Amino acid sequence: MSSTEDVIMAIPRELTQNPLRKIWMPCKNGLPEKHISQKRVCMTNCPTLIVTVGLPARGKTYISKKLTRYLNWIGVPTKEFNVGQYRRECLKIYKSFEFFRPDNEEGLKIRKQCALAALNDVRQYLSVEGGQVAVFDATNTTRERRATIMRFAEQNGYKVFFVESVCEDPKVIAENIVQVKLGSPDYTDRNTEEAIQDFMKRIKCYENSYQPLDENLDRELSYIKIMNVGQRYLVNRVLDHIQSRIVYYLMNIHITPRSIYLCRHGESDLNVRGRIGGDSGLSPRGKEFAQYLGRFIQDQNIKDLKVWTSQMKRTIQTAEALGVPYEQWKALNEIDAGVCEEMMYEEIQEHYPLEFALRDQDKYRYRYPKGESYEDLVQRLEPVIMELERQENVLVICHQAVMRCLLAYFLDKSAEELPYLKCPLHTVLKLTPVAYGCKVESIYLNVEAVNTHRDKPENVDISRLPEEALLTVPAHY
Amino acid sequence: MPRELTQNRIQKIWIPSKDDKPSMPRTSRGGPHLANPPTVIVMVGLPARGKTYISRKLTRYLNWIGIPTKVFNVGEYRREAVKHYSSYDFFKSDNEDAVKIRQQCALAALRDVKTYLTEEEGQVAVFDATNTTRERRDMILDFGAENGFKIFFIESVCDDPNVIACNILEVKVSCPDYQDCNKTDAMEDFKKRIECYRMNYQPLDHDQYDRNLSFIKVIDVGRRFLVNRIQDHIQSRIVYYLMNIHVQPRSIYLCRHGESQHNLQGRLGGDSGLSTRGRKFAGALAKFVEEQNLKDLKVWTSQLRRSIQTAEALNVPYEQWKALNEIDAGVCEEMTYEEVRERFPEEFTLRDQDKYYYRYPSGESYQDLVQRVEPVIMELERQENVLVVCHQAVMRCLLAYFLDKSADEMPYLKCPLHTVLKLTPVAYGCKVESISLNVEAVNTHRDRPEEVKRGPSTLIRRNSVTPLTSPEPNKKPRIEGLDDPIIREVTPAQLTLCSTSHTTLSLSTQHWLSEACLRTFLHYLQVVSVLLFQRT
Repeated sequence: MSSTEDVIMAIPRELTQNPLRKIWMPCKNGLPEKHISQKRVCMTNCPTLIVTVGLPARGKTYISKKLTRYLNWIGVPTKEFNVGQYRRECLKIYKSFEFFRPDNEEGLKIRKQCALAALNDVRQYLSVEGGQVAVFDATNTTRERRATIMRFAEQNGYKVFFVESVCEDPKVIAENIVQVKLGSPDYTDRNTEEAIQDFMKRIKCYENSYQPLDENLDRELSYIKIMNVGQRYLVNRVLDHIQSRIVYYLMNIHITPRSIYLCRHGESDLNVRGRIGGDSGLSPRGKEFAQYLGRFIQDQNIKDLKVWTSQMKRTIQTAEALGVPYEQWKALNEIDAGVCEEMMYEEIQEHYPLEFALRDQDKYRYRYPKGESYEDLVQRLEPVIMELERQENVLVICHQAVMRCLLAYFLDKSAEELPYLKCPLHTVLKLTPVAYGCKVESIYLNVEAVNTHRDKPENVDISRLPEEALLTVPAHY
Repeated sequence: MPRELTQNRIQKIWIPSKDDKPSMPRTSRGGPHLANPPTVIVMVGLPARGKTYISRKLTRYLNWIGIPTKVFNVGEYRREAVKHYSSYDFFKSDNEDAVKIRQQCALAALRDVKTYLTEEEGQVAVFDATNTTRERRDMILDFGAENGFKIFFIESVCDDPNVIACNILEVKVSCPDYQDCNKTDAMEDFKKRIECYRMNYQPLDHDQYDRNLSFIKVIDVGRRFLVNRIQDHIQSRIVYYLMNIHVQPRSIYLCRHGESQHNLQGRLGGDSGLSTRGRKFAGALAKFVEEQNLKDLKVWTSQLRRSIQTAEALNVPYEQWKALNEIDAGVCEEMTYEEVRERFPEEFTLRDQDKYYYRYPSGESYQDLVQRVEPVIMELERQENVLVVCHQAVMRCLLAYFLDKSADEMPYLKCPLHTVLKLTPVAYGCKVESISLNVEAVNTHRDRPEEVKRGPSTLIRRNSVTPLTSPEPNKKPRIEGLDDPIIREVTPAQLTLCSTSHTTLSLSTQHWLSEACLRTFLHYLQVVSVLLFQRT
């Protein structure tokens, strides 16, 4: 007989599909069992502590905030801990650079206490609150301080990854000071000249005791050394996936001034009829918007503008009106509504009332049957974000759900807020990086369009009445 | 006036048309514009530092993601020019004749690089040689400047004697230079060869001399990297790739889910559960995995029920990847092939015409799959022992990456149910073992139909995600004055000049069929016909 006789027919656990996320999980007696691993990719086995290193005004906080924003957006719970902030809490009033003098014993004691307080909060975040990455943002310029941190990490089972920023270009440093230091709470009562003077002396206080990460002495550590704002990188002992992603991200970002323009396609025929998804063309008003957009772009007089669209007809039609080269990205396609494609909300309520309710309960994680969720969208869009970081001036013509995801990345919006961000038709959002964040300008191009934004209704219970479910459906023809 | 749009019938891409005919789109790309102008990647390093390993692996990756790339290995040009390798004396820096020959070989290779990048639609050329002196590198930089090519250096630095000895054993001792030597002699000679280079070795100097160049220095097989002045997207991707690959021995196991209910009915796609035989396979797979006795095996599945059910039987932790889901057949989901033929006859034909580029209406193409699956490949490179339980089309994509198969072959790779493919990296490639777990299943493979009329060549080919088999290196004599191009006796080695991916094609003008290979193939035909005549 065949050898299959010897095969032990393992009795595999039954599978049930989570109704919200449409993920298959093992269950027992109809109830989902504790599943082994549902994450799309295991980022890291133990929490990671990212430690910045560098003199003041080298971009540590800029990097910390940006990296935190990126990691949170891709779904890795991350939080930054800025020791300077702890110091401000402690001191209340900042007098002068004298506080940072290496012979100021009182100052040293307070600064050490602040660092320890921050580390304490790090432990709380990583070990108790379920955080996965903590960014410890401070100068950490001495070997001694770094040793303390590594001991702390070892005690708690965290991996440590250092991000050192080294820069000697006086122009860059001056620019940093102007952009973010002058406006800091430390200098609210000073004039510009005084503030700069004081800050330069502050930097001096650190310089003498600065021990950069050393190729030999620190060869067992995992780190990236960023030199001259990304001109050169030294990468040592990348241990796991998350560190690899962090390195890739850091090597792609830049600080050259530029603007990113986000907008949706012009109003489409399906929009007008209140239907979602599909691949319809522009309505007459949509075509008019495309013309206006062309004029708007011309007026902006942007240097070397790249234009990106999805592979759906309505965005391409919009781009065509601009008369400039554009690139089609399948990754920018609208969220796939699966079985609900081309339906009106009223029809979804009629045919799939349970799905409709589940969606309102958790719009970010909800996956359409045979379709996608916002969570899936984010994963799909990550290469677009990475390329946007590399680029300079870009206009992205996309779709409502996609635009919400991109906007959430730039404006650091949570998963809860993301699906409800307002991205109306015929409106361009101009995003310009400034200081630690992003300035947003909203420009409505004065061509009327239907509203496609559906707010979260009050009643999200599966037992709700159709009228309650349809309360917030926007008007359509 | 905005141009009208029509949807290309195979790829379902919207392009502007004029009078119902597709006109040249302004930027017809299936994806992001990846590299412009062409790039020459220049390897740097002493012998046995992994330059050729990196060259070939990188080339395979770039071709798979659709960037036409080719390796130009100067050592091979040297073997063409100097038929018989006698000893390391050839590489002594005071051996004037040899120095001249080696210089000519480098120039010949650069000439071919230029042809590839300017006339054969290549986008990246990998110049694989030691390039250990500033003089040589300056020459290459001048070459790049003259022709408008970007230059990116990859230097491999390693002084660990164990690694070097291992390299020599794996790839040097068995190379054509040493076919008449025993292992010990070969090892000895090669070590002396390395010494010849070491004296004049000028590593890339990021502080001074080379601070304006774009390069990555790979130190100690990836323990440390120095990255200088990345210029563009493609260099950034190359750096990311190099930082993720490793040389630890390991195996990758690819298999499909067990036979499913839909498989039994001959239906495409869907999300059905396992059939009885499928469950039996899952049990057999569990036994197989146990017997392999692997250290730290990771198990990955898609998010479709049939692959998860299969993994469940293994009783080990597994991770679900949406990116591993089967190709989306769009409107054809859950139909049988007969139903597709009935209800969408045109689509049915189109798919057979160009199965790689063909996108199901509201669905996906193999080309889309490659883009979707790329992060999986990147993570597979990082990992060690992994078992991937996936689906037919997905498995074909992954397999094409590991075995360097072209876009043309990919959709027809054989990935039967209930069979595990064990891939083990060895030397410059990948060993494949096919293990059938002896549980019967339906056959879901559809061969390429015989009389397939190739339609007008699909509009969008360049810069979209189009895996190409890494082209075979040129082997024709190409060094002026050193040899005359005559019809020589066809040796078995020469018969395999063109990899099967090229010769199985009918002589239609596929864009990616390199001119050189076509010439070689025609040359081969000439030679064969001459021989045939001679026989009669």
